[in-house]
Parts: sequence; C-alpha cells; structure tokens
Amino acid sequence: MHGMNTIEPPAVAIEGVSHSYGARRALDNVNVSIAPSTFAVLLGLNGAGKSTLFSLLTRLYAVQHGQIRIFGHDVGTAASEALRMVGVVFQPRTLDLDLSVVQNLTYHAALHGIGNREGRKRADDVLERIALSERAKDKVRNLSGGQMRRLEIARALLHRPRLLVLDEPTVGLDIKSRADIIGHVRHLVTAEGVSVLWATHLIDEVADEDDVIVLHQGRVLAHGPVTTVVRTLGAQDMRAAFTRLTQEAPLQAESDAS
Amino acid sequence: MTVETATRARPTGFSPLQYAICLKGIVWREGLRFLHQRERFVAALVRPLVWLFIFATGFRQVLGVSIIPPYETYVLYEVYITPGLILLIQLFNGMQSSLSMVYDREMGNMRTLLVSPLPRWYLLSSKLVAGMIVSLPQVYTFLAIAWFWEIEAPAIGYIAVLPALVLSGLMLGALGMLMSSVSKQLENFAGAMNFVIFPMFFASSALYPLWRVREGSPLLYYICQLNPFTHAVELVRFALYGEVNWTSLAVVGGCTVVFMVGAILAYDPSRGLLARRGEPGGAS
Repeated sequence: MHGMNTIEPPAVAIEGVSHSYGARRALDNVNVSIAPSTFAVLLGLNGAGKSTLFSLLTRLYAVQHGQIRIFGHDVGTAASEALRMVGVVFQPRTLDLDLSVVQNLTYHAALHGIGNREGRKRADDVLERIALSERAKDKVRNLSGGQMRRLEIARALLHRPRLLVLDEPTVGLDIKSRADIIGHVRHLVTAEGVSVLWATHLIDEVADEDDVIVLHQGRVLAHGPVTTVVRTLGAQDMRAAFTRLTQEAPLQAESDAS
Repeated sequence: MTVETATRARPTGFSPLQYAICLKGIVWREGLRFLHQRERFVAALVRPLVWLFIFATGFRQVLGVSIIPPYETYVLYEVYITPGLILLIQLFNGMQSSLSMVYDREMGNMRTLLVSPLPRWYLLSSKLVAGMIVSLPQVYTFLAIAWFWEIEAPAIGYIAVLPALVLSGLMLGALGMLMSSVSKQLENFAGAMNFVIFPMFFASSALYPLWRVREGSPLLYYICQLNPFTHAVELVRFALYGEVNWTSLAVVGGCTVVFMVGAILAYDPSRGLLARRGEPGGAS
C-alpha cells in the first residue's frame, strides 16, 4: 500500500471525517494525525463528539465520510489489520462482573485468537504489572472502580497492540486512582513506545509534553503539541487556551447554521 | 457494497486454529455466564414443567389427539406437547440471549466482542452457536424429568433429536439476535413475551395438532403453517421418533439462514441499525 515508503505511518490518521445521526451532525470534517509513541489527548466537553470518534475508530460504526487509518490500515477496508493494532478502553465498564479477573482476560485473549495457555501466561504477566496478581481468582464484581479500570487497561494490552485508545477512562474515579491510571498509561508510552489516544473533558489531565486535539461541537479547533497550541493562541496555559477556543466557537457555529 | 466486498476478500491473517480458539472462548464465556445465573436454569425448567404437569394433565380429557405421524398409536396429551415444550425452552433461551445482547451492548460487553479483529459475521455466528449450546443441557434435563413422568421416546430418538435441536436452537437464537438489533420494543422482557414468544408459541402446532386448528379457524391454520416455530416443533417431534420431517427441515434450515444473514447485516457497521439507532445507551 505504501510502496517503498520507509517512514512509519502515523498511529492514527483521521482525514476529512464527518458523521451524522440522522439530521444531527456529530463530527464535521475532522482531521487528526497522531505520531507513533505519542500521548495524545482528545479534549472536549461532553457531547463534543469524542464517543462518536471512538466508535468510528473501533469500527463500531462505519465511517460515513472521510477515512481513518491505524498504522496505515484503513478501518473500513482492512478492519482486521487495523483492529489488531488497537487496544480499546471504553467509557462504560465492559468487564463481566460475574467472571473472575483471569477469566475476563482469557476471554479477551480468545477473541484475539490467543489460546488458553498463552492467554493465561499473558494474564499473569499483566496482572503482576498492575499489582492485581493476588486478585486473579476473585470475581470482578469485588474489585474497586480503580482496580477495574486498571484491569480494563491491562486487558486492552493483552494482545500487544501498538495503539491504546481510552474514552474518558478516569470518569468516576477518586483522585488517587486517577493519578495512578494516568501515570501508568504515560509510562506505557515512554517505556514501551505504545501510542495513546486519551479522550477526556478534564483539562488537568493534559501535560505540557502531550499532543492535544481540541474537539468542540464536532469540529477540531486546535491540534498539535500543547506548548504550540498555547503559544499560538497567546494563552497562559492549556486551560486558558481551551476556554478561549470553546468560547469563540459558538459564534462560528451559529454563523454557519442555516 | 464495494467496501464490504473488499473486506471479505482480503485475508484476515488468522489461522483456522485461531478461529477455533475464538469460538471456544465465546462458548466458554456463555457457559460460565449461564452457570452463574442459576435462577435462569431453574426458571427454564420450571416453565415447561408447569405446562407438562398442570396444563397437560388438565387438558388431557378435553383434547383428544388422534393418530397422526410420527405417532403410531394414540398418545397422551403430555406426550403430544413435549416437543412443543422443548422448543419453548429454546425460544426462551434464544430471546434471553438476545436480550442479554441488548443488555451487553449497553453494558459494553457487546462492544468488547465487536472490536475483536476477527470478522464480525464470525463473531456473531459464534455467539449464536454459544447460545444454542447452552440450550442443549436445559432440553436434555427437561427430557430426563419427562422420562420419569413416563413420557418416553424411543432410545434412538434421544440421539436423533440432537441435530434437530442444534438447528432449531440456531434458528431461534438468530431470530432473537435479529430482533435485538431491530426493535427497541424488545428491550424489556414483557415486550418480547407479548410480541414474540406468545404469538409464536400459540400460533403453532406446539399445543394442538394443526388439523384441529383448521376445524376451528382456517385462517389461523394458515398462520400456523407459516410460523417457523411450527416447523421447528415438528422437526423435533419427528426426530424424537427417529424420523425426518423434510418439509420442516427445509423450512427451519431456510429460516435459520435468513435470520442469521439478517442479524449479521443488522449488526454490520455500515448498513446496520446499530448506527442508525445512535449511541449505545443514548449518550450523545
């Protein structure tokens, strides 16, 4: 597909993507590119279109307009290759509460064609890394919210994807669990070269060294390294930049509305 | 259409062993979930047993069943309705696993399934197979209890009925899956009872032979004839006596294919109703 091109394709390339639910336009000509081994934050208020973008990235919905590629694989035409590269943590809990921690992991392994023995080995590995080894046989129902999230992240990494996408992963967690989880995921980027797309509406989850994509009412208002976005806008910090972007946006949207 | 064809034509890079592992994983999870829901198993057995022990006994004197194939002698009413009650188990099982898909979808478990890199048609088919397999121990437990009640089929029937149960289980599971994707009505069980389970069950040969229905209402007779549930009942009824009802086999086989294709299309991301229904859980 890429011929002699030796440059690695972006982890995520979203080009001209629009999406509508009936008459309501959820995404409007979204263009995003995320380089490999970056921590990219998709920042937007509730209803900005983050979840829709996630559903398109994970092929839950088909792309209506535009193209989404994951490490060069089109989500529409090469779904298998694309999805193999992705680990997903959805916003709602997606664990089987009545199954044990290990059972949840080996089920996920099976969905990726990984057999029981290898699945168990990988489960043991990831559980050790998230310090849940001693809970391996417990039912998921008995874990805390933070532990469940850690388990979901571990599960998303079980098939060794190169891209991890997380949709508001810290919702409903206390401050310590939030810090633990974001620290853990940042570590994955620096230590293992995983690329991360982290959707949130919490500005304090954005760090200066991150890439940021500001999504508002289905449009990308800013996209690039945090420092660049802040500097371009002449803002003091990301919070000020975000406020400025999103307060100006409604005027634009209204002038576009017919 | 062209996009879809390209997806299918392209090798997915998974070996047959990996496909088998995936299927095994899905069946195993469905089995575990069933074992965890002990009330569901009890309810699945109590329901047909109430029909058998109470309804059938009460009705025995009211409804005479003449000798019709596959029966070679007069049979008790309990014997007559046993195949229908087997299908009742499978009907409930199919509806329950389809409703659990709706529930799963909201809880996000369906999402976990659908983001697997294996082809979506394979994932959904595996889910169907898993639901069907879970119905089998329920049916055989019911048959065992019925046997103690002296409702006995020939020994060969207990083996011959297995392939019939596989097919009918798949058909009813596929129907449930199709409906779970199409209708919001069925998101509560009462809806499924009123609009699917009761009409399918009563407008069929489960409780009364169709020749008697014809005497009462020719229209209802034709409706019963068109009801795939009737044919599933007849397929199982004949199989229990080691015979094949070819018409029923054709109808059940055909309906299974149609429902499965329909369900797979309904869950197809580009054509499906999943996207048209908007965000799972109604979030925007």
